[in-house]
Amino acid sequence: MTRARAAYDDVVVAAPVTVPYVRYSIRGAHWFLAAALADLFKRAGLAKDKLDGLCVSSFTLAPDSAVGLTQHLGLTLRWLDHIPMGGACGVVALRRAARAVQSGDADIVACIAGDTNHTHSFRLNLATFSQFARDAVYPYGSGGANASFAFLTAYYMRTYGATPEDFGKICVAQRANALQFPHALMKKPLTLDDYLNARLIADPLRLYDCVMPCAGAEAFLVLRRAAAEKLGLPYARILGTIERHNAFPDDPVQYRGGWALDRDELYAQAQIEPKDIDVLAAYDDYPVITLMQIEDLGFCNKGEGPDFVRRESFTAEGSFPLNTSGGQLSVGQAGAAGGFLGLVEIIRQITGKPLGAAVDDARLGLASGFGMINYDRGLCSGAAILAGQHT
Amino acid sequence: MTRPLLRSPRKNPILRTRLPTLPPSARSRVALGLTAAAARGRFELQVCRDCGTVQYPPREACRACLSARLDWRAQDGTGELVSETTLRHSHELFFRERMPWRLGLVKLDSGPLIVAHLHGDCAAPPSRVRVRAHLDRAGQAALVALPDKDTPHMADDRELRELTCDPKFRKVLVTDAKTPLGRVLVEALVAAGADLVWAGEAEPWKRPPGYERIKALPQVAIVPLDVTNSRAVKELAGEIGGRIDILINTADHHRNFGIAARDGVETARAEMDVNYFGLLRLAQEFAPALRARGADGQSSAVAWVNVLSVFALSNFPPHGTYSASQAAALSLSQCLRAELAPAGVRVVNVFPGPIDDEWSQTLPPPKIAPVRLAADIVAALRGGAEDVYPGDVAEDWLNRWRDNPKALERELAAMPQP
Repeated sequence: MTRARAAYDDVVVAAPVTVPYVRYSIRGAHWFLAAALADLFKRAGLAKDKLDGLCVSSFTLAPDSAVGLTQHLGLTLRWLDHIPMGGACGVVALRRAARAVQSGDADIVACIAGDTNHTHSFRLNLATFSQFARDAVYPYGSGGANASFAFLTAYYMRTYGATPEDFGKICVAQRANALQFPHALMKKPLTLDDYLNARLIADPLRLYDCVMPCAGAEAFLVLRRAAAEKLGLPYARILGTIERHNAFPDDPVQYRGGWALDRDELYAQAQIEPKDIDVLAAYDDYPVITLMQIEDLGFCNKGEGPDFVRRESFTAEGSFPLNTSGGQLSVGQAGAAGGFLGLVEIIRQITGKPLGAAVDDARLGLASGFGMINYDRGLCSGAAILAGQHT
Repeated sequence: MTRPLLRSPRKNPILRTRLPTLPPSARSRVALGLTAAAARGRFELQVCRDCGTVQYPPREACRACLSARLDWRAQDGTGELVSETTLRHSHELFFRERMPWRLGLVKLDSGPLIVAHLHGDCAAPPSRVRVRAHLDRAGQAALVALPDKDTPHMADDRELRELTCDPKFRKVLVTDAKTPLGRVLVEALVAAGADLVWAGEAEPWKRPPGYERIKALPQVAIVPLDVTNSRAVKELAGEIGGRIDILINTADHHRNFGIAARDGVETARAEMDVNYFGLLRLAQEFAPALRARGADGQSSAVAWVNVLSVFALSNFPPHGTYSASQAAALSLSQCLRAELAPAGVRVVNVFPGPIDDEWSQTLPPPKIAPVRLAADIVAALRGGAEDVYPGDVAEDWLNRWRDNPKALERELAAMPQP
């Protein structure tokens, strides 16, 4: 029997920051990370030398790591972490930082994630993403994540009867959300017909199933409640978090993620149930993975995702508010910042400060992460339940 | 079902010639074990010596028990296709030029899950498939899932043809068509669907048996080619070099004896002049045009075949100077392979044991018959290998050499001089 997970006490998250996304940039990753950090300091009214902890995620920072960034940005820190977990990096950064603050190893931790996107950087990243990818995936058609998610999507459709319309409904709803979100790169409305008539990229994936790589950054602060109040920052409390790596390695095709192993502990730690969640940010580089999270996080049973999609509505005003910023599918995938986008949006929604569409009376939010297609499947999963300060 | 390939229409000179690009070739060192096996036409995966778990992708330690004792073992490749996709977009030029591209996810019966190129005749998942390892145009192992059972025209599958050097509808130069192997090889290539076979002849006055028969074939053109004559090689390359898709070097000068039984270096020099310098002259004159045409349509330049000898691996003292010339040619062929690699043109080395011909009269059987050797060369072109050891003697030597090269050296030294 695993010991019950300790609560996060009065550790909170605050100061959600987005550095506006651009399709391509001539800047380096350092520029985006510096901009995120500068915005954090500005919003929090925090002097640079008061920051004593930093957690960094980036794919394009090489040859630097978080260490190089401390000198590059002139930071003297007593706690530093670097989290190369792609789509799960936001939740994992939150977990690491929260425990550091709780234990007193750091007082204020800035969690930042960002990447640049040169015209060639996405391809180079794919070619060298991992040893298994380089040896056993990229030489096969060089389709990148599109190919991997095409396998998963085709299998999911065959096994559970999902249709293109089901995936399309999610993409269309997220676009509607994105139209109100100032940082979304996708500015045009999307109809189901647009979705269905778009060209195939990797069967069964169509154009609007695939995220668009771009440059940008996301950030937030982890600190004690008293510190947030002293700075006058709206904050969110951390009710529960999970992470898991390489779950279900014997499934022939990935149809579930680590959430299915850990969700009971997540809800037990948070002392709530799935139905209590007011807004969900699911990792959404492809809609199939959103359906998997809806199932594996307990909003419906495995295989009932398609029915759930047909039954619910997903805009911010809908019956099941999902990816209310527009998600990566409509905002863009700024590298590792894609792993922060959902968490940052949840902080905004439950602190009552959304930049775009607002979920009415959102008090409990769940942000879920999924990352690192190392070979044939995503290895990292994580989730965090956050509550507004008055909940 | 695969539609049979049609002969390409005459090339429109207005249209661009597709330039050679390669699929991604970077691999970890451990993954090169897959390539090493594929180079011999084998599909091998790492198997844990301690717990028997079969591994893929290649790794440094067993995924089940962490043992580092992983041995490459032959696989039957049977498995189930569990998912598939057809790519319509790729990040690499090689595949962009060849869209759409079908891929499969295969659960091998032995355990591992494999991303593979997917033959067009494989049924939609779930379905039974066979996985094979071929060398791709980058010279690296590529796994391809084939239908459970052979289908008509399956070699003509567009993706599979990118992994093979099939002579069908290709133009081939056989550098010496008057050797016992050369004669039957020309016939075998015609039977395999080659568009045109240029049959090189060094000595027009020779009339070996069967030669009139190949001269009469409509797909065969006799061309003068003496590989010891630099000018002759250059002239022929100028004439037909730009049209050759496959070059098979059968020129061979083979005499018996080692060092002590001979006086002077004339015989050894003649062996080197054909077997080593002949290859060098051919490579200098013909390789540039092959390099330029490595992606030129469905009948692009694809292969350069050297018929060497298994004596290249370790000196066979009764044929000592000949062995030395073969070792020199083998070394040079590795250089040629590296230089043709950027164009995706495969260098195939064939290492027969003694051929049943006049210069191996005193060697005991088994000896490989020229007709069998020719069939093995055609099969190699249709397959995905680059090192071919045809016949029982070659296979036996290879196994001894791989097992312990020093032991083979002693075994060969102990063989009686003729």
